[in-house]
Amino acid sequence: MAKIATAARNPAHAGKNVGGEGVALKVLEPASRMSLRARPDTIAALSKALGVTLPQKPKSSAAKAGRTALWLGPDEWLVIDEAGGDPVADCAGVKGLHSAVDVSHRNVAIAVTGPNAAATISSGCPQDLSLAAFPVGAASRTILGKVEIVVLRTGEDTFRVECWRSFSDYVWGFLSEAARDAG
Amino acid sequence: MLLIRCPYCEEERPELEFRNAGEAHIARPTDIASISDEDFEKFFFIRSNKKGLVFERWRHVHGCARFFNAVRDSVSDKFLLTYKAGEPKPDVSTLTAEGGPAAWANRPPDQLNEKPKSKRSTKGEA
Repeated sequence: MAKIATAARNPAHAGKNVGGEGVALKVLEPASRMSLRARPDTIAALSKALGVTLPQKPKSSAAKAGRTALWLGPDEWLVIDEAGGDPVADCAGVKGLHSAVDVSHRNVAIAVTGPNAAATISSGCPQDLSLAAFPVGAASRTILGKVEIVVLRTGEDTFRVECWRSFSDYVWGFLSEAARDAG
Repeated sequence: MLLIRCPYCEEERPELEFRNAGEAHIARPTDIASISDEDFEKFFFIRSNKKGLVFERWRHVHGCARFFNAVRDSVSDKFLLTYKAGEPKPDVSTLTAEGGPAAWANRPPDQLNEKPKSKRSTKGEA
């Protein structure tokens, strides 16, 4: 008799969390993510299809109904959907030339929260994360230690750090040590 | 750490996010098969390697990932000007190592978060 094999996806670092003094780290639930590249003439159509206006200002993001679009470059966005939607499927009907690639499981997201959140990330990130330079809603691709990350400020004291799955051990270790020092 | 102005991100970013990509304004021959070996050598291998003001390509690799051009003083390492790829070579006679549009990048730390004025003076304000 044939046995039915089923595979369950095991998210990296699922459910891990660390608390420091004034800062907490938590690995976030898996989400749908899309890497989107498009020329200016398709932005309006893509925004309509996605239900969120693609930001065109550097270092900015736009969020609506569980879906966040992060400006990464003049023609590049990272779209994160935490509401269970499929952004790639939503873009499929758009006629204009664009590239929409599902990168959901390429990234691991870590929430850094608390009054010392900015200090924790700043331990390895050379960007100015003060509220004046990096306000709520600001998003940027940058570096943490020796790996590339995407930082999104979701609140005055909360950040979402996105890194590649294969770098997540390093990022988690780095932020955990930084959280211990930040207090 | 140097702060380099990315013309696409429109702000100063830390040096660690950038990578040098060689000399700028080297035009690829339109018909590369027809040029002589000497001309190919000049195009492909020979670089000016000047002391003083140099034109360089840089890439904001850990940021917007775009290539852009920069005028840099190879003696002092100061960036005098950065501009988008494809824009014409700027007139360097108006730039000096002390002033110029990038001079305010060398501001003291407490003034770094102030937005740049829309029209910047060519005289040093740092």
